[in-house]
Amino acid sequence: MTIVVAFLAILIGVVAWWLSTQRIMSKPWLEIGVIDEPPGVRPPPAKIGLGVFLAVAGVLFALSISAYSMRLQAADWWPLPVPRLLWFNTGLLILASAALEWSKVQSRHADLDGVRFGLIAAGVFTLAFVIGQLMVWRELVGEGYFLASNPANAFFYLMTGLHVLHVLGGLVALARVTSRAFRTDEARGDKVSGERGKLRLGVELCAIYWHFLLVVWLVLFALIAGWAGDFFEICRQALS
Amino acid sequence: MHVVLVLVVVAVGSVLFHFLSPWWWTPIASNWQYIDDTIIITFWITGVVFVAVLLFMAYCVWRFRHREGHRAAFEPENRRLETGLTVITGLGVAAMLAPGLFVWNHFITVPPDASAIEIVGQQWQWSFRLPGQDGKLGKTRVDSITDDNPLGLDKNDPDGRDDVVLQGEDLHLPIGKPIKVLLRSTDVLHDFYVPEFRAKMDILPGSSTYFWLTPTRTGTFDILCAELCGTGHPYMRGSVVVEEQVAYDAWLDGQQRRMLAQQDGPTRQKGEVKAQQ
Amino acid sequence: MVDVPLGVAGVPLAEVEDVELYHPKSWLTHYVFSQDAKIIAVQYSVTALSIGLVALMLSWLMRLQLAFPGALSFIDADAYYQLITMHGMMMVVYVLTALFLGGFGNYLIPLMLGARDMVFPYANMLSFWFYLLAVVVLFASFAVPGGPTGAGWTLYPPQSITAGTPGLAWGIVMMLVSLMIFIIGFTMGGLNYVVTVLQGRTRGMTLMRMPLTVWGIFTASVMALLAFPALFVGAVMMLFDRLLGTSFFMPEIIEQGARLPYGGGSPILFQHLFWFFGHPEVYIVALPAFGIVSDLISVHARRNIFGYRMMVWAIVAIGALSFVVWAHHMYVSGMNPYFGFFFATTTLIIAIPTAIKVYNWVLTLWRGDIHLTTPMLFALAFIVTFVNGGLTGLFLGNVVVDVPLSDTMFVVAHFHMVMGVAPILVIFGAIYHWYPKVTGRLLSVPLGQFHFWVTFLGAYLIFFPMHYLGLMGVPRRYYEMGETAIYPPSAHDLNIFITVMALLVGAAQLAFVFNLIWSLRHGRPAGGNPWRACSLEWQTSATPPPHGNFGKELPVVYRWAYDYNVPGAPEDFIPQNQPPLAGEIASRAP
Repeated sequence: MTIVVAFLAILIGVVAWWLSTQRIMSKPWLEIGVIDEPPGVRPPPAKIGLGVFLAVAGVLFALSISAYSMRLQAADWWPLPVPRLLWFNTGLLILASAALEWSKVQSRHADLDGVRFGLIAAGVFTLAFVIGQLMVWRELVGEGYFLASNPANAFFYLMTGLHVLHVLGGLVALARVTSRAFRTDEARGDKVSGERGKLRLGVELCAIYWHFLLVVWLVLFALIAGWAGDFFEICRQALS
Repeated sequence: MHVVLVLVVVAVGSVLFHFLSPWWWTPIASNWQYIDDTIIITFWITGVVFVAVLLFMAYCVWRFRHREGHRAAFEPENRRLETGLTVITGLGVAAMLAPGLFVWNHFITVPPDASAIEIVGQQWQWSFRLPGQDGKLGKTRVDSITDDNPLGLDKNDPDGRDDVVLQGEDLHLPIGKPIKVLLRSTDVLHDFYVPEFRAKMDILPGSSTYFWLTPTRTGTFDILCAELCGTGHPYMRGSVVVEEQVAYDAWLDGQQRRMLAQQDGPTRQKGEVKAQQ
Repeated sequence: MVDVPLGVAGVPLAEVEDVELYHPKSWLTHYVFSQDAKIIAVQYSVTALSIGLVALMLSWLMRLQLAFPGALSFIDADAYYQLITMHGMMMVVYVLTALFLGGFGNYLIPLMLGARDMVFPYANMLSFWFYLLAVVVLFASFAVPGGPTGAGWTLYPPQSITAGTPGLAWGIVMMLVSLMIFIIGFTMGGLNYVVTVLQGRTRGMTLMRMPLTVWGIFTASVMALLAFPALFVGAVMMLFDRLLGTSFFMPEIIEQGARLPYGGGSPILFQHLFWFFGHPEVYIVALPAFGIVSDLISVHARRNIFGYRMMVWAIVAIGALSFVVWAHHMYVSGMNPYFGFFFATTTLIIAIPTAIKVYNWVLTLWRGDIHLTTPMLFALAFIVTFVNGGLTGLFLGNVVVDVPLSDTMFVVAHFHMVMGVAPILVIFGAIYHWYPKVTGRLLSVPLGQFHFWVTFLGAYLIFFPMHYLGLMGVPRRYYEMGETAIYPPSAHDLNIFITVMALLVGAAQLAFVFNLIWSLRHGRPAGGNPWRACSLEWQTSATPPPHGNFGKELPVVYRWAYDYNVPGAPEDFIPQNQPPLAGEIASRAP
């Protein structure tokens, strides 16, 4: 459980820093009158909402990794082989993330075609990633690495499964943003600027979420590939 | 002002109940008098706080009740008062925590001369295993469990040859000798609980847990299960008999002879079973 | 959209006004699939209170069994364990969590902060429907073969999914699925509560001007968002173990003579995951109660809450600390015994901010102008029961004292007092307090008084003596107390007494339900601000507040929420949206 506590400590640190900017040492009964905030301190709610959600999803993955590290120490742990396909899938996810980042930059330059292209590309790469993950599962099952035959397998399927579910959820949001990108017209006066703002925000949120998914995947991949095992071993020696 | 009255009655009544009611812990029969002492310290500290808070509330409700023309004071905070209360609370907490941690350290440090016994929880009965002459318990494996080896002793381990296995019988313990109780389960969670001993510990399948105690009073005590283990949980009972060394030795001797007779006999017994079938 | 004037300086109010209200077009979208936080709040509250009544009846049945073993032939051991499991899970998750966060959170956060609605109204609506689906799945487990699970609300494996426990075929699966749905639904709601506090506050509503109710609900929502994933992961793993044969939690096991194909799992791992959720859960229930009771005491004692800053810091400190105390539920679980030192220390440290809160509540009474209204009575009773339950927590948190007391009736008495009785008294007080805002009518006072006295004294008489049964050595979760040499015959009389009190207290809740329904039509009209309170929910344009909460303009906040009996003020309260009075700024300066 050290890992999840460490993750929480980071979150608590962020909260503490934020609280420290909110004048929580002030004496509210002495302050009569309007207190205005400095302009621009409130990002759009959706962005904050996504941030909070990522913290929640982060705890979820940190917990599974904690459980993994506790279970790893048992004697009956036979690590799985790492299918080559996983490297390819990792590449796909990196490409999807990059495409969204590019799309985000284009949305700032008001290049609608660029935005659309980036979104489509990200969608295709991500779908390919999901299919690739399913193929990895099939390959492993074909080689006899069943879910229940070893805890290492169980954790592999559990953690990749949770990750793919989060990717699928992201795809739903991506589909909505993409359809908005195609509905938004370049030349339609005043009303368009609102639409534009929404599109830009949607693309930005997708990009943030995809980067998060990529980071989580890289950590999980490191665990699965066994590098993390060495890391845990070092930690345990350092602690004991 | 019935609210004031009720607050006072609750405070005073709780204290009176504590001292006068017939429901209290059973006389201790192990060396864990320390635990009882820590509980008493905690009762005193918490009891004082409880009564103080309630009586102060009662005073406030009476003294500052709403009357025509009465106004409340506007006093957002009082740093000195709050700091003082925090410090006092901190001291009170430390006064409970320090002895608690001290006794806990004692609790988890098994004396080197403690003799080991094993207690096995199974749905829903207690079994016991005592080391034989060699003073060592043999290894066990879940996969070795069969009808005539209910605790799964490893037959190849020489340490386990002379182990005394008790099923459906009382556990006997000698008075005044420290005992390390090793706990093992073959199905679900259990918890070996003898109220007179104060000490207890959960029993986990798949791993071994322990605690230690020194019996200090002779007598027969009930064993209860204190971790939900299925529908038979309340009926998972047993008895432990604490007796003088001489009586204990005589009992152990008898058990060892019974075990020897059984070890000679399993082939014969199996034959009998087959014949019956 | 309503027109809002631009801020004098700083925040363009357009940003505050980001919420796009969904305007209902039909009866169905107005009252059923509503996106208005106030309607959702009522939906949550009514659902949760109904489940509370069911769970209360389950507790009647199990108390009857305990007092008169075997008298009710339909309660066999299986049924008894199913009763306690469902009672516990319903009360903790589906009643208390849902009511405090989904009910009070939805109603009070936007109103108290001067917002038109939650920031994500659609997700807010979905949150309720997920909750309702979770409830339906939970109740459906009564109908599946084998009935609901009887594993205890802690659901410890291996016992929860092996023979000897009722409901291992389907009940446990339904329970886990229901919890997962609940968590998904809660996450949608919780995001709303948190982001609305961060983003939805009206002009002038700084964090340090928020009523403590909002602080409590806000902190609890953050905690719930971070704690529920642990239960989610645990539930997924246990579902895998149960349905797919993995061994996350399952070691080598002989199930009633047969070797199961599991091996190598760790039951302790589940306990860590469960309590990593389960302990913060205690504070998820307690912190909103702390916040609400602070406001009740302040309003009805006509006095500013004493030590507001300390109260806020204490809430935040308790929230943070509660994530590093979870293993105090596991002192005798067989985990590494050296953890005991760490967790006992953190647990007793958390007592300090909690004690500060208690002191500040009673110091708010001190030199106040105490009106003994029904909400105030409940608030006073909360302090009594919470102090009692909190102090017994010092027994159980102090590792070695916990050894003889763990898994006895002492534990049952403790947690019922501290997270059953105390928060529920706050819920009652809060309902008597805010019902006039929700409906426009006051609840009947005589009925309220009757309800209060029976509930408070009855509940105290149930749970205070119960501690002593535990001290005597009666274990919890026993189908019947049974006979041992250590129980005097009078212990059985005490057991019967407790059951009689439980039946009485339960019956008194009927008076409450009747009051809720009767006062809807016949209660005294309340007006906009019957308690003469400062916070914004009492300053709405109409009562009940209309769609969008405030009239044409959002209120602007000029002061904190506790300006009661300010020297020199004409009234004994100054609403938060009251601009500075003549000469006030100078007189307030330090």
